[in-house]
Amino acid sequence: MALTTDTLTARVPALREFGYWMRRYRRIWRGTVVISVANPLLFLAAMGAGLGKLVDANHSGHLSGTPYLDFLAPGLLAASAMQNGFIEGAFPVFQSSRTRGNYSAAVATSMRPTDILAGHLLFVAFRVLLSGLLFLGVVVAFGVVGPARALLAAGPVLLTGTAFAAPLMAWAVLVDRQSRLNGLYRFVVMPLYMFSGTFFPISQLPYWLQAVATCTPLYQGVALTRAAALGGAHPGATAVHACYLLAMTAAGIWVSRRSYTHRLNR
Amino acid sequence: MADVLIEAKGLRKVHAPRGGGAPTEAVAGIDFTVTAGEAFGFLGPNGAGKSTTMRMVAAVSPISGGRLSILGMDPATHGPQIRARLGSVPQDDTLDTELTVRENLLVYGRYFGLPRAVIRERAAQLLEFARLEDKADEQVEALSGGMRRRLTIARSLVNQPDILLLDEPTTGLDPQARHLLWERLFRLKQQGVTLLLTTHYMDEAEQLCDRIVVMDHGRIVAEGSPRQLITTHCTREVLELRFPADLQAQAAEKVAGIGDRLEALPDRLLVYADDGEDALAAVHRTGAEPLTALVRRAGLEDVFLTLTGRTLVD
Amino acid sequence: MLGTLWKSPAVAGPAALVERNLVIYRHTWYLLLAEIFEPVLYLLSMGVGIGALVGHVPGLGDPSVGYVDFVAPGLLATAAMNGAMNETTFNIYGKLKMLHTYDSILATPLRIRDVALGEVAWALLRGTAVTVVFGAAVAAFGLVHSLWALLILPGALLIAFAFAAAGLAVVTYIRSWQDFQLVQLVMLPMFLFATTFYPLGVYARPVQIAVECLPLYQSIELIREPSLGVVDAGVGWAAGYLLLFGCASMALALRRLERTLVP
Repeated sequence: MALTTDTLTARVPALREFGYWMRRYRRIWRGTVVISVANPLLFLAAMGAGLGKLVDANHSGHLSGTPYLDFLAPGLLAASAMQNGFIEGAFPVFQSSRTRGNYSAAVATSMRPTDILAGHLLFVAFRVLLSGLLFLGVVVAFGVVGPARALLAAGPVLLTGTAFAAPLMAWAVLVDRQSRLNGLYRFVVMPLYMFSGTFFPISQLPYWLQAVATCTPLYQGVALTRAAALGGAHPGATAVHACYLLAMTAAGIWVSRRSYTHRLNR
Repeated sequence: MADVLIEAKGLRKVHAPRGGGAPTEAVAGIDFTVTAGEAFGFLGPNGAGKSTTMRMVAAVSPISGGRLSILGMDPATHGPQIRARLGSVPQDDTLDTELTVRENLLVYGRYFGLPRAVIRERAAQLLEFARLEDKADEQVEALSGGMRRRLTIARSLVNQPDILLLDEPTTGLDPQARHLLWERLFRLKQQGVTLLLTTHYMDEAEQLCDRIVVMDHGRIVAEGSPRQLITTHCTREVLELRFPADLQAQAAEKVAGIGDRLEALPDRLLVYADDGEDALAAVHRTGAEPLTALVRRAGLEDVFLTLTGRTLVD
Repeated sequence: MLGTLWKSPAVAGPAALVERNLVIYRHTWYLLLAEIFEPVLYLLSMGVGIGALVGHVPGLGDPSVGYVDFVAPGLLATAAMNGAMNETTFNIYGKLKMLHTYDSILATPLRIRDVALGEVAWALLRGTAVTVVFGAAVAAFGLVHSLWALLILPGALLIAFAFAAAGLAVVTYIRSWQDFQLVQLVMLPMFLFATTFYPLGVYARPVQIAVECLPLYQSIELIREPSLGVVDAGVGWAAGYLLLFGCASMALALRRLERTLVP
């Protein structure tokens, strides 16, 4: 077994970087699991069940009859995939690319910058997926969707996470101050979180804002996740959402390969 | 007789480890007095209790037993009043890294309740004293180790203290930075500031201190001026002999009896004698063939070795 | 008279610490705007977006009160809480464990009690500043209807004091950055369930009682009642509760700090 792992990492150096992050993660995984379950549990209970009572009693028509909890759950799921993609793709990458960060140790081995990127991105994807699955477990427990639908939604969650993480890593590896990452979170991620159809349909926004919101990656992620979880979506629209997120991920990887090489080969 | 500024009698400090375990006695009952205008040093290896003693004198760490009087006051009841008249340079630079160089001085002065105008004036002088005028508006992070230490000393002078406490002032500095610092401390001494310092460098103790106590395992093992200590506890000269590692034990038997005393260290033999050259000639007569032989004057390191059987820096 | 009070050690010590933080703040004042940004976003999203879904809030006497009028005071109280508590948890943890800021300060005439009072006073200022700016934004949205709303300022001061002291007590128990997750695990549900987003009436009676015990619930009451123009004994209760909570936290924080900071 050990032998096959060794030969595998020899052939695919990115797995060594992935292994490094997994070893680090093994020390803290308990805490992250608690958070990944507690967060959706609390939000769905408070906003979905609590606030949902008021929303459902009002019959405003904006949700076209969908119970608020059902509407909110997939939206929050996609939004948390974005947040996890950001948290895992921004701060650790920034720390690692500092002078005394672990990238400089990794690049001194036979690994190329692109291997380091691939290994780290793989780990980010793993974290996004793991948190997403835990979230989906909570959603199933709330009775919003069945287990089969939940598994179907795991794909959109992963894709939403990577669509944010990949371009972000390209930037985080170059950034000179951590406060810039904090700024991006506050001024870009939080507005996306609030206005991308997570808590209320974007059809309620003024027309021009709807156009802006439609173009944001989180809106695409929310729409795709909602389609997978609740069904009844137009196949063409679903394909557009998926292609948008795939394109973001691919473009992010392409730019990241360049910026990792630029930064780490100095 | 000069004013006694600090007086300790049977001073003790016991650390109770957090979460249980046997308490350790860091300072095990020491007596010393420091008079106005003198430069007083604690010499000893790491863990001897020097820094702990300094923290008690700084009225930061409460004493566990014995008596301690600083500037005629009891630190247990008059901590703030005592600290108002002390300057403290701890072992690790505790500069405020969120502030610039000048702000460090300005803000620190406010902790002493000094008026802003007074602090501004003193800060300008202290920046000059610390040779940091060019760095006044830089972040502390940007300073070298020597500059940080000078700034820490400058900061400790902002309240024009009666006593300056320096805990290992030059540890970790390069030789050039050390000499600059010694020169600045010497200047303070000439201005009449009472200095209390700890060190594990004998050259530092010899350079700066009028009086020294040697500490080991929380106790004082000797006291006096550097010269007195050397003449009391040591011969005038030392002969250092190196042998191939496997032959050293054999050679030690051969040269035993030469000089006043023989000390075997892991890598060399030390022969204590008032005339080193004579001792070397005697060594050659025994037929022992050292790889290298060196005659030098005895120093505080040798005093420490004689008193404790161990080297100062391990 | 005021001059001598200012110079007495009991005031001058903490004041020197506040001054230190102000010196740093001169370089980082824009962080305050960032702190306002989030509650404003919440207000827009909740008020405009969810407000349309909710309509009017059931259980309130006045049916003309819109959802956004209801949510705004809740967010205001939360902002005061966060503004103060971030200061005494994250920032003070950094100063205790990373920067060792207090080691040098305690070598001066300042005592641990001066440091603690100074930091709480500073956090109180921060929390109040956040509330005032956010409150101005709320007023600009046209969400202030009653002169009672002027009570918001002393209310915010009290909230900031209570949570600054609580944060200072909490930070003495924190061993590593990981432990902040545990703090989040308490703060997040409190934020979500303390009637920030919907009235107490949604819950069953036993849950209501539990929620009423939360310090954030009392904080929100303290702000919401005057800003909706209803001032009754509830406001007095809330104020008393927070004062007691703050003083008890402060006493605990002092005891803990005396133990951790003395070498």
